[in-house]
Amino acid sequence: MTCLTLTNVHVPIGSRTVLRDISFRASGGEFIGLVGPNGAGKSTLAKALASLLPTSSGSININGQCLTQFSPKDSAKNIAYLAQGDIVHWPLSARSIVALGRRPHIDAFGSPSRADQAAVDRAMQRAFVGEFTDRDVTQLSGGERARVLLARALAVEAPIFIADEPVGALDPRHGLNIMALLREEANRGVLVITVIHDLALATRYCDRLIALRDGELADDGPPHQVLSPRGMAAHYAVEGHHAAHDGQAFVLPWRPL
Amino acid sequence: MTHPSHPAAGLIRPVRQSSLCVGLLLLLGALMLASLNFGYVDIDQSDLIRAAFGLSDPSTNMIVQQLRMPRMLLAVMVGMSLGASGAVLQGLLHNPLAEPGTLGITGAASLGAVIAIYFGFAATTPLSLPLFAMTSAGIATLLLLFVARDNGRTLTLILLGVGISGVSVALTSLAMNLSPNPWAVSEIAMWLLGSVRDRTFQEVNLAAPFILIGLIMLMACAPSLDILSLGEDSARSLGLRVGRLRILAIGGTSLAVGAGVAVSGSVGFVGLMMPHLIRPLVGHIPSRLILPSAIGGGALVLAADIVVRLIAVGPELQLGVLTSLIGTPFFIYLVISLRKRMA
Repeated sequence: MTCLTLTNVHVPIGSRTVLRDISFRASGGEFIGLVGPNGAGKSTLAKALASLLPTSSGSININGQCLTQFSPKDSAKNIAYLAQGDIVHWPLSARSIVALGRRPHIDAFGSPSRADQAAVDRAMQRAFVGEFTDRDVTQLSGGERARVLLARALAVEAPIFIADEPVGALDPRHGLNIMALLREEANRGVLVITVIHDLALATRYCDRLIALRDGELADDGPPHQVLSPRGMAAHYAVEGHHAAHDGQAFVLPWRPL
Repeated sequence: MTHPSHPAAGLIRPVRQSSLCVGLLLLLGALMLASLNFGYVDIDQSDLIRAAFGLSDPSTNMIVQQLRMPRMLLAVMVGMSLGASGAVLQGLLHNPLAEPGTLGITGAASLGAVIAIYFGFAATTPLSLPLFAMTSAGIATLLLLFVARDNGRTLTLILLGVGISGVSVALTSLAMNLSPNPWAVSEIAMWLLGSVRDRTFQEVNLAAPFILIGLIMLMACAPSLDILSLGEDSARSLGLRVGRLRILAIGGTSLAVGAGVAVSGSVGFVGLMMPHLIRPLVGHIPSRLILPSAIGGGALVLAADIVVRLIAVGPELQLGVLTSLIGTPFFIYLVISLRKRMA
């Protein structure tokens, strides 16, 4: 099973240290939400985990091997990263976008094998975008495009899946769909780590939340602990409304403190 | 959402890249024959091909090999450079208006060449002409990429291109202004208009190696450009080495465009038009755009060079003047069709 270990990780952006002394362990099958106010360093942590930002000290290990020792290709095979937003610069077909997820598995000038094609089919099926195969992604709705880009990241079939605010700009229905999909990935043994602002979705779907504040790890535990009334006050300076529906607890930000 | 809504998006079905390339190569071949055919002396078709291989009578051999072949080859080489670099720059900068001309790379290369001519380096060492042009093209491209890293917005880049072109024109004008020799001034002025007329194999040999290496580097960008359409972070998370891609693209553009400008002056807008015409035919996939754009660029410049010979308007129209006459309205049309996304 995949094991991700962070030990005293510091991440600078330019001359400023944005993340300080972050340590935690996570393993395959967990669905972890990164929570905290704007500017706390959530996206920075997501990028550092995807080895898009260098650490200045400390180490990030995957199954005991330091991330810095991975070649870009090996790192790409092990960590799928879903960026914030829905950037696609050209009007490409949905399938050709999803197929880009297989690039880490193909030689620079090689073409996708049958196994790669099958992985693309699986990813498209899982994200319910099979019907868009030949459609121009720029003509799809925001929610549909988000699912295509999610399928692109799923197609990597990496043991670790990092997502930076995958539901940030989506309507409730698409947001629920995406969270259910990520939950399913975790159930299949993938370690899923996602930056998330929607606390109701975070409490419902994640097993564990890591709260960041001013670039430091403020709390790490199950949702009811991290987003307890005290936690809501400490991390967000808001009062939360804690409730349950269908036997599942959730929290809504209620009023600023 | 930033993407160029191609006017023809969704209307044109993509075709196989191989059939597209074969079609374009046939067109290019036909134009090459046509180009050899046009001139002051009428030469029989069968004689033409024999003369190309030096198997006809000496005067026909000379006309075809010494006069018409270099002109034809240079037009193809310059067109291929512009088409390929336009396709790569558009993919690299996610910018539908990017091409060596609009970004000021052609202008910078011209300035480099003018410096080489003005200070007399070109007269003593012919190789200095392409070297100066390529170096200056490289500096301009580096500057563009440096700015694009922080702000790759279409408008910023095009304005920077206007700035680079402006500086190049100002310094070129300065050189012409200070030139003690009026003949040199008119020579530089004519050369700047862009032409492949009256060239010899010396120019072909001077530019060919650099253009060839440049084209290979540009082709090597192909697979990376596809991943880059997801944005830089996603591309890097898929294992793309962005630095390596930039070196290939800057190096390839500088070599191909610089060497082309050094022997033909500035031929504008080919790098803008060709990728746009080809894009819907390859399903907008950046990697499939480069080779057809290169072949198409060669065909376009060659066709333009045939047209300037056919239009009898007293002094022969310069090639660069014709491509600008066609290209500028095309550029304006693109700006208008993209204006909603430019803000």
